[in-house]
Amino acid sequence: MDLLNGFVALANFVLIPAIAYGSQLALGALGVTLIYGILRFSNFAHGDTMAVGTMFAVLTTWGLQAMGVSLGPLPTALLAIPIGILGATALVLLTDRYVYKFYRAQKAKPVILVIVSMGVMFIYNGLTRIIIGPDDYRFADGERFVISARTFRDMTGLEEGLALRTTQVITVVTAVIVVAALFWFLNKTRTGKSMRAFSDNEDLALLSGINPERVVLVTWLIVASLATVAGVLYGLDKSFKAFTYFQLLLPIFAAAIVGGLGNPLGAIAGGFVIAFSEVGITYAWKKVLVYLMPPALEPEGLVQILSTEYKFAVSFVILVIVLLFRPTGLFRGKSI
Amino acid sequence: MRTVLMFAAVAGLIIGTGFLQSWNSALLILNMGLISAVMALGVNLQWGLAGLFNVGVMGFVALGGLAVVLISMPPVGAAWQAGGGNILLGLVLGAATIVAAVLVWSRVSGKLRGWATAAVLLIGMVIYRMVLDPAVEAVEAVDPALAGYLGGLGLPVLLAWPVGGVLAAGAAYVIGKTALGLRSDYLAIATLGIAEIIIAILKNEDWMARGVKNVIGLPRPVPYEVDLQNDPAFVERAAGFGLDATTASTIYVKIEYGLLFAAVLIVLLVLSQLALNSPWGRMMRAIRDNETAARAMGKDVTGRHLQVFVLGSAICGVAGAMMTTLDGQLTPGSYQPLRYTFLIWVMVIVGGSGNNLGAVLGGFLIWFLWVQVEPMGQLLMTGITAGMADGSWLKDHLMDSVQHMRLLTMGLILLLVLRLNPRGLLPER
Repeated sequence: MDLLNGFVALANFVLIPAIAYGSQLALGALGVTLIYGILRFSNFAHGDTMAVGTMFAVLTTWGLQAMGVSLGPLPTALLAIPIGILGATALVLLTDRYVYKFYRAQKAKPVILVIVSMGVMFIYNGLTRIIIGPDDYRFADGERFVISARTFRDMTGLEEGLALRTTQVITVVTAVIVVAALFWFLNKTRTGKSMRAFSDNEDLALLSGINPERVVLVTWLIVASLATVAGVLYGLDKSFKAFTYFQLLLPIFAAAIVGGLGNPLGAIAGGFVIAFSEVGITYAWKKVLVYLMPPALEPEGLVQILSTEYKFAVSFVILVIVLLFRPTGLFRGKSI
Repeated sequence: MRTVLMFAAVAGLIIGTGFLQSWNSALLILNMGLISAVMALGVNLQWGLAGLFNVGVMGFVALGGLAVVLISMPPVGAAWQAGGGNILLGLVLGAATIVAAVLVWSRVSGKLRGWATAAVLLIGMVIYRMVLDPAVEAVEAVDPALAGYLGGLGLPVLLAWPVGGVLAAGAAYVIGKTALGLRSDYLAIATLGIAEIIIAILKNEDWMARGVKNVIGLPRPVPYEVDLQNDPAFVERAAGFGLDATTASTIYVKIEYGLLFAAVLIVLLVLSQLALNSPWGRMMRAIRDNETAARAMGKDVTGRHLQVFVLGSAICGVAGAMMTTLDGQLTPGSYQPLRYTFLIWVMVIVGGSGNNLGAVLGGFLIWFLWVQVEPMGQLLMTGITAGMADGSWLKDHLMDSVQHMRLLTMGLILLLVLRLNPRGLLPER
């Protein structure tokens, strides 16, 4: 019984939150890794692209809520995602047309593009703050829990409760659908194949008649959609704040690098590695250990390795370890 | 000639502020401009001379600020008695753990290696937390409203400036050692991360510098305004200039700060210029322009990069210490990456990367714009919203958003300069 209680506590506080957070990070990291594979630079504006897309979705959600539209138990924001994607895509394509295209034509060094993306980040960040404001906004509605802690306790008779929030289930389900669609697209369709060919060897792809501008266009479309979906899911799960999205840049980049930059499969694995380490290291393990250890050995402190304020340190340390021992990442991205 | 004209124009802007607004605000812009120029000089050393992309300027600046507290505040005796020794012991143990883990990793081979290293790390961590945690609690319990930290060494505050540089250099060495020699973007991400972590440490480790409770009333290298106002000789001299004692004292203090900062800037500028034109500087530029060729010539590219990265970060640390001295307080909550990292980048790129004088010019110019964009934006928005009814939500929203115009303006300036004039106002020769 104790073992079961321990496992439920573990699932409630570590496994479920980490899986949800990992899915959000994986979607974010996929965007970063695609840009890196096709356009060949680290896009520092990605966190703020997520913020812009989410902002459009939040505004639409508020509009729908004001009109009385709702999805019943599901959050209204799901209906707003397409509008968010449209907004983010429009902005990203405009940026590409007026900013990045010039440097692509010049064949500028990647580091110049990184600096340019920094300028874009400034502008997106300013736009988000001007349009919606810099504060914390909540836009989740509908049923809060699939299973609440009390229902679970009543159902099973266990001491520990297991709360499963609607947003967590939606996050995982959406992430699975999006990732499956992305991989089907990359592996089965003609455009997807041309994207992979372009990423593998630009010159050969050009020689075989692949239109580079089309590949770039499709990439931005996919990246804007992924960023918006990731941003809306994260915002539903926690809340929407422009600065938080900027700060997500570090775990997202860590996930993409850990998995191997340019490798979509790696980005997903990296997202979960980062999420599980972050949640695991900043969680106070006492609650779980109380059930698993004999009473004599019960820990006195909280058994928390790092306080939650240092969660960025976790992504950073993992990043450093990977850079030291395996700079190409777990899945052999195209680095160095 | 271009250089002289450009500097004259920026000087004109600042003097114009003096005439139109007040000499106090002009001097404030000048002082922060001097500090920004030092930061820009540090970033220019890394980017302009070596092509290294450092986006962790904020972290190094904050370390400089920490140095001011650690050096100049008087020690808190009760806190030291409560747990000062144990905190130091804990930190030494923590460092020893890492050294031991590295030793185990390099000495042991075979299957045992990973497990042995992990075991050393785990045991070390447990001992470290057992020593450190109670001590930290004891220290933070000492008079939390006023102290609750160990205090500093009580040494003269000017000493903190070089120490700030040393602290920043230490952090830069660790980062450089891991991330240099890999892709250029990796350094960017690693520095971005370390800056966030340094700020997190400053915010949460209350025993060190009181965290978000802030340390205020840092000692000053210049006299206090109140003392000047009470000094009959000073009041008499001020009257000779036709100024009242209050204005004269604030201006006098700012001028003294300005002279101190200018001295630092001139020394660093001369050193950077000498470095730029020395064989070492030529080698750095050769490495920047063609790494492969430089490596083929037998240059230790990674080693040189580490050297210049540490030097540039140290300069940022000195500037951070200067800034905290000017503010008279350390407020970890006020460190924002957009203000302390990306703004410095805009300065370097607008001024002209690779040209030290350009970086200095960019520092003054962009700081001036950063200060003045808000009133300009206010004016613009007032103009736009003039036709709208008072109290309409759109008008309120637009007026609220004025404070965020800075980000947009800085982003636009950066993109426009990169596109139209990528070599900056004062191009590299």
